[in-house]
Amino acid sequence: MQTTSPAPAEAPGGGAQPPRGEAGAAVLGRPAAGAFLAPALLLIAGFLVFPALWTLYLGLTDYRLTGAAAVNPSFVGLDNYTQALGDPQFRNSLLVTALFVFGSAVIGQTCLGFALAWTMRDWRSPLRALVEVLVIVAWILPSSVVAFLWIAFLDGQSGTLNALLPGVHTEWLLDTPLLAVIVFNTWRGTAFSMLLYGAALSAVPPSHLETARLAGASGVQQLRDVVLPTIRGHILTSLLLISLWTFNDFTPYLLTRGGPNFRTEVLPVFIFRNAISSGQLGYGAAISTVVLGVNLVIALFYLRLLRERG
Amino acid sequence: MGDSLRQVLARVGFSVFVALAAAFFALPMLWLVFAPFDPTPTLAARPAGPTLANFRDVFDNPLVLTSLRNSLLLALYAMVLVVAAATLAAYALSRVRLPGRDLLLYVLLLFSSVVSGTAAMVPLFLLVFELGLINTYLGVTLVLTGGLLPAAIFILKDFTDTTPTSYEESARVFGASPFQILKDVVVPLVRPGMAVIAVWSIVNVWGNFLIPFILLRDPDLAPASVVTYSFYTEGGQADLRLLSAFSLLYSVPVVVMYLFVQRRYGFRFYGGIKR
Repeated sequence: MQTTSPAPAEAPGGGAQPPRGEAGAAVLGRPAAGAFLAPALLLIAGFLVFPALWTLYLGLTDYRLTGAAAVNPSFVGLDNYTQALGDPQFRNSLLVTALFVFGSAVIGQTCLGFALAWTMRDWRSPLRALVEVLVIVAWILPSSVVAFLWIAFLDGQSGTLNALLPGVHTEWLLDTPLLAVIVFNTWRGTAFSMLLYGAALSAVPPSHLETARLAGASGVQQLRDVVLPTIRGHILTSLLLISLWTFNDFTPYLLTRGGPNFRTEVLPVFIFRNAISSGQLGYGAAISTVVLGVNLVIALFYLRLLRERG
Repeated sequence: MGDSLRQVLARVGFSVFVALAAAFFALPMLWLVFAPFDPTPTLAARPAGPTLANFRDVFDNPLVLTSLRNSLLLALYAMVLVVAAATLAAYALSRVRLPGRDLLLYVLLLFSSVVSGTAAMVPLFLLVFELGLINTYLGVTLVLTGGLLPAAIFILKDFTDTTPTSYEESARVFGASPFQILKDVVVPLVRPGMAVIAVWSIVNVWGNFLIPFILLRDPDLAPASVVTYSFYTEGGQADLRLLSAFSLLYSVPVVVMYLFVQRRYGFRFYGGIKR
């Protein structure tokens, strides 16, 4: 990070890199380079790009896992999409997903991650490493383990949370399931934001902060006028990535299986239930297409913000 | 006077915030610290015992050891494939100028963070089904590798970009083939980068739930992620002694590996996804 740290806006520029030069071309000829690239490109094309394109087609068919439509699927045009528009469970899932992404990624992970990185930036203490390790371990534990840790933590009878709140016996996963899943995902993913902002903040020139301090700027003013403009690219990049990750996150399934009563059924779980569990592959693929479209819109939105400099 | 009061308040505010944050992250993990050593674990996190009897249960359960072995196999297969393909590709990309290279990598990276998970669930399932690879590790490995490769190439390209080309040029003068140059000159220089993506792939595959959950039907083939999940969802009351001890055994390797790499390579570990 400290070594290269390119401005994120320049990343998609393409070819703007300083030439690694003719010398490089002499080291590795084009045929050899092509042969070296082939395995990776084949794997990416076959198991990443092709499935995505196939989704677009499958969404226009009535393909099913079993029965007549499994043997001989027919083209149904936009029927799956009309079905989705009229499906209250799909609309519910869309709303749940929006709240989940906004609450846990945009608000939760970003704010908490930044707050941790900012408040601990000058803290020289072994305790800092301890706090950071706790945040990181929450991020890297396997998802089926953390899901159960939170089921236990939030349990109404003997969960740790209620043990700390005298007189409270709420069944969090039944009474406030969406909030519980949002808080869970904040806990789960804050590490990425914290680490990214930590690295970004360490790249803010101390002299700028010093100047601002000498000019009498308060902490908030320094943050607003010096720090945020400097790391704007990092903020947008991390928002983009964690929005996409959260949008496609399947982990809520491990906590609640979409329930109770579909109140935590984010789109990936909706797709899983319709396509894999119920076998309506065509319908599931149509919803996948919607998800891909929404992801594209999110990506374009952030990239646009990135390009508007200053 | 006003100033020092403000400093004290800021200090107190800071301490309270950090203490609360630490508690928020630590409390849900307490169960994993206490329950595995508790002779009669409940859902509560409380120190008891300690006993190692739960671990003896785990080792007596054939499903458990098989699942850990399965996770290890899947992680190793995917790691070997990812490291080999990414090293070749990253080297080629940083030595030959292709028009639109950076844009392509960037798009693939975004793509992989979207598609490898859930949006392509249906076609991935169908593709593996049509290839006759349902219930095989090859199917799971190929799907996982395809998803991991863009970021792996991205991370590794950071390393290959910064190695000097002069050694390669002299090796070339002495008539070494491109593959020999890669093997004998480049690989020793970028070995830290390869270690990073190796660990990164293992951590990712070790924790992945969705892909093996969809693509493997046979319980004997299930990796630890799926088996853990089945421990607390199938068949009434979860066996908490088994579940807690197994969860700990399943978690420790990735945590240790990750913290080791984190300490050694710092934030470069996420080099590939930093943009």
